[in-house]
Amino acid sequence: MASRATAQPLSLKVVSGAFLAFWCLLAAFPIVWIAVMSFKSPRDAFAASPWDVIIGPVTRASGNGLSVLDILIGLATLYFAIRWAFTKVPDLVTQFSPAGLRVLGWLIGSAVYAILFVVIFFGVLPVLMGGVNNIAGPLGTPILGLTTEHYVAVWAENEFYRNFMNSMIVTAGVVTISLTVGTLAGYGLARSGSDLAFWLLILALVFRALPHSVLVAGYLPWFINSAEILRPIFGELSPTLYGQPWAVIAVLVSINQPFTIWMLRSFFQNIPTELDEAARVDGCSHFQAFRLVIMPVMWPGVITTGLFSFLLGYNDFLVTSLLLDAQNQTMVPAIAGYFNRETTTTDQVEAVAAAVSITAPLFLLVMVFQRQIVSGLTAGAVKG
Amino acid sequence: MKFKTFAAFVGPSVLLMVMFIAAPLISVFVQSFQITQPIMQQIEVETCTPGFLTQTCTTELKTVPIIDEVTGKVKTATAWVGLQSYSNVLQMDKVWAAMGAGRISEILQIDFWKALRFTLMFTLITLPLVVGVGLAIALAVNNAAKSIRGPVIFISLLPFIITPVIGSLSIYWLFVGDGILTAMMERWTGQDIAMFAQAWTIELLMYFYRVWHVAPFAFVIFYAGLQTVNMDTLESAIIDGASRWERLRHVIVPHLMPLIIFIGLIHLMDCYRVFEEIVGFRSQAHVISLQWLTYDFLTPDDAGNRAISRASASAMLTMIGIVILLVLPLRRTWRDHKRGVH
Repeated sequence: MASRATAQPLSLKVVSGAFLAFWCLLAAFPIVWIAVMSFKSPRDAFAASPWDVIIGPVTRASGNGLSVLDILIGLATLYFAIRWAFTKVPDLVTQFSPAGLRVLGWLIGSAVYAILFVVIFFGVLPVLMGGVNNIAGPLGTPILGLTTEHYVAVWAENEFYRNFMNSMIVTAGVVTISLTVGTLAGYGLARSGSDLAFWLLILALVFRALPHSVLVAGYLPWFINSAEILRPIFGELSPTLYGQPWAVIAVLVSINQPFTIWMLRSFFQNIPTELDEAARVDGCSHFQAFRLVIMPVMWPGVITTGLFSFLLGYNDFLVTSLLLDAQNQTMVPAIAGYFNRETTTTDQVEAVAAAVSITAPLFLLVMVFQRQIVSGLTAGAVKG
Repeated sequence: MKFKTFAAFVGPSVLLMVMFIAAPLISVFVQSFQITQPIMQQIEVETCTPGFLTQTCTTELKTVPIIDEVTGKVKTATAWVGLQSYSNVLQMDKVWAAMGAGRISEILQIDFWKALRFTLMFTLITLPLVVGVGLAIALAVNNAAKSIRGPVIFISLLPFIITPVIGSLSIYWLFVGDGILTAMMERWTGQDIAMFAQAWTIELLMYFYRVWHVAPFAFVIFYAGLQTVNMDTLESAIIDGASRWERLRHVIVPHLMPLIIFIGLIHLMDCYRVFEEIVGFRSQAHVISLQWLTYDFLTPDDAGNRAISRASASAMLTMIGIVILLVLPLRRTWRDHKRGVH
């Protein structure tokens, strides 16, 4: 629709372009900056001059640096690694995973890829480049300070991988259970025009608005004393729910339900009713129609909703920090542990490294699922 | 669909919501009128220290909790205290005293009123900013060449998707101590600046963080809405001689109005629960929010006790706010449903 009337004057184009560039800088800067900080020694990371933070003179002086050759070869490897991830890996996965277990194939495939990536980047390349730099002369002298010591400290010494495992357990549980339960409910709500369905949706909207701390105030006394409360029913087997990851999963799934059913309902409303009516005419029950006709076509909506459930479980601070004890924390509340002992600048940079470690999976998520996230955001809004 | 099938589909979800959302609400409501304390008893303790010729013995009365012989835990008793927890949270006597003396600012020293003031201001200030910035980005992206839209959307999604605690921390680290942005401002103004020493600078950073975090969400929705603007209306507006600004004001914004209301509603709900910023910016000494207040009551203090009843009272007060906030939008939805447009 580029008629002459809608064509824009140059000034407007410049202003709009400049604003966009400014916004992109603003959006990315804090995240990129903490990523840069996490690779520097403490003096560099909190240096007053931005140039010092980027170049890292102190880090370089202590013998951790990259030469021109390092940077070039590193970038080239990175480029091929990413290209390979988007071209070869999908082929390999489809080739080697049996037809019914495509999801499992993807999980194993991405895990193997991640391990290979870490081994090559942090195991093979440094050794190789060490040798090359020695014979390369001026191109081989370090110019850019860079150290991975904080990541080693966080993941190995502070046992951050335990928190990572907890996060993974909680998130995986939240995504699978809330999708299973939510899909059924969303389908039921989309196909029933009754007043009851309407009231359920309104109630869900009210529940969505509740601050989570209100709910946790309701759980805490019961969870702490659950062993005594449940004793008459379960006897000696009765568990203390406080500190149990699966209790947290149940709580997060429920908190997430209102959002999930709203979203899935709007996706199911987009699937024509004729589909399941045809199946019903052919003699299917509602459940058979759901399983045989709806399930094959519902995956785009389910994946999108799953992404948002993932974000809720992964990003949660309040519920996990109150319902899990300190030894058993997920990643996000565990970072609060750094505040308390953040006395030296080394601790601060370690906290930065932990923060970047938490952000990295989310970054990958946006890269792979950008389209689904955008469609999920708009689906809820356009349907109301 | 028959009721039975409907119930079978919806059942598990409703069960979860009843067990983990509705039941805790009732429990919080009851707890807010109760107080659970360890039962104390006074016992006489005789302590003797060796002395010359005879021991020196003193007896004193000590208050100790009763230990249950079976479980080995401290015995507790639950008593109904009526509105005591509420008055502990609200501290109305201090409020009236301050009002009587005409020193309104003193009311804002009390935790609850301080939190309420911040939560409401936070919600009201960020709402127009989020809508405005989101709309501006959407218009700018709509103007831009097709090839750069994808990357721009990718970068814009980053602030939205980042863990809120980490997001506020990433901004905190830019300003903390002599962080690079503080150092830059100091160079410009020639003054010594400490961003985290007083409340208003922290609040400014929090407003900034929230807009940075939510504007992408508004942007994506507005951008989708812009794709469906009726081109015929737009062209007839041009023929009628409407300027660019008038077209935006009279054609595009009315078209986006339902989306603006949707974003406003979501933003209202989310802002009212503002919490992660307080953790990320470590501002509890200066700025707190309603949800943080409840969280603080629930965290064990140095003796390991959680102030459950006060937490419940503050949670109930927070709930009342939510109800007031949602009454108007819900009444609208109900009227729409009655008219059969849902």
